[in-house]
Amino acid sequence: MSLDAFITEKTIEGADDGPLAGRTVAVKDNISTEGVRTTCGSAMLEDYVPPYDATVVERLKNAGATVVGKTNMDEFGMGTTTETSAFGPTKNPVDESRVPGGSSGGSAAAVAAGEADFALGTDTGGSIRCPAAFCGVVGIKPTYGLVSRYGLVAYANSLEQIGPLAPTVEEAADLLEVIAGPDEHDATTREEGADATYADAADGDVEGLRIGVPTELVEGADDRVVETFEDSLADLEAQGAEIHEVSLPSIERAVQAYYVIAMSEASSNLARFDGVRYGPETDAEGNWNETFAQVREEGFGDEVKRRILLGTYALSAGYHDKYYAKAQDARAWLKQDFDEALAEADVLASPTMPVLPFELGESLDDPLQMYLADANTVPVNLANLPAISVPAGEADGLPVGLQLIGGAFDERTIVRAASAVE
Amino acid sequence: MSETPVDSEEVRHVADLARIDLDEDEVDRFAVQFADILAYFDALDDVPEVEAEADLVNVMREDDVREGLSQEEALRNAPETEDGYFKGPSVS
Repeated sequence: MSLDAFITEKTIEGADDGPLAGRTVAVKDNISTEGVRTTCGSAMLEDYVPPYDATVVERLKNAGATVVGKTNMDEFGMGTTTETSAFGPTKNPVDESRVPGGSSGGSAAAVAAGEADFALGTDTGGSIRCPAAFCGVVGIKPTYGLVSRYGLVAYANSLEQIGPLAPTVEEAADLLEVIAGPDEHDATTREEGADATYADAADGDVEGLRIGVPTELVEGADDRVVETFEDSLADLEAQGAEIHEVSLPSIERAVQAYYVIAMSEASSNLARFDGVRYGPETDAEGNWNETFAQVREEGFGDEVKRRILLGTYALSAGYHDKYYAKAQDARAWLKQDFDEALAEADVLASPTMPVLPFELGESLDDPLQMYLADANTVPVNLANLPAISVPAGEADGLPVGLQLIGGAFDERTIVRAASAVE
Repeated sequence: MSETPVDSEEVRHVADLARIDLDEDEVDRFAVQFADILAYFDALDDVPEVEAEADLVNVMREDDVREGLSQEEALRNAPETEDGYFKGPSVS
């Protein structure tokens, strides 16, 4: 039975030796691979073949890894289920009637099914952590600026990071070590990742670790998810961690702020898809604007159109102050709340997803319901912080993920805490 | 309901700004969905203003010549080219 985890299966050999020699990696299809098509899950880029490698792909190859293919994803990363892909949905290997989560659903499914040792995903509002949680694997969203975005097809630049998915915390940390660090091609990368190690932090030692639990991220969750989450916290406490509740009032506005900012950035980023430099050959007719509009009607799916239009609306005259400016205020407010909470705690813990994996087709007709499922993951992107999703157990036979959020560039602490959950 | 009701006319206007053609079904469907989503966004109204100072500096480098894509590589994905240029529709 095929899970449809890959859009393109293609072997790209890496160097003969290196820390990932003999290991296989699946790469999300919005990360450029020289000579191998990179579709972003969109008909718009069905035949697009990048003339260069993304920095992370170059680093994988130098580390000796073998790339085994390009994984399925929600179109341009816009979705929580991998069902908005123009190439059809990916199935969850744990239960094939369910979605793998998204948008990096193909990457998580490939790792969970053993079709690759590791995978790269991208996380703009939870797109690594959600599928990691739904498929029962580990996923890390790095601090903004830790990993180069050069060669990543942009959706919302100020929010997204490339990160690892793997069966275990230590392996995810291994992959993070390879891809992290400054890059002259991405001016938003920082020095902090230069010689950092992460895998050696996976020692399971949580003695005295202060864990804050934001009540707002637990209250709205499914009871079965909360029960699994609380069992996992009790286990950490038994290992010596200290648990306390915290309150982050700004989190109640995070989903709104996230979608306004992400859609606004998307409306600008996706303006480049005009069918001239790349894009499908169509029989569009008329002047530049008319042709442009026809190519985009054909090339983009519903969710992408929705986000471009809402982003255009949020930035348009008369609405900019009401939506975009207020969303930036909410982002600053949220950062302040996280700073305060992380002054009293080493990590913050919550369920990664407030729900169990959806049935295939369940959430497609109601976009707002789908956006609300991102409530626990989007605050982390708005605050530029690192977070990991680690399997916490199962409810009704389906995986539940525990999310651990750390301070900026403190990936070692979330790796350490997560390794005690396994 | 939203303080900013969305009708089909408004969806068409935004689609025009964004250069995306929509068929009638899409316009009607989006008008209903946008009303829901924008009503939800109204919760941003009560967000307080927060003093936010980014501890960041611009990253600059010398403006020196480096290797880039060849003309052939840059044109490889274009549906239409002519004499080494991208070929687009007429502007007006």
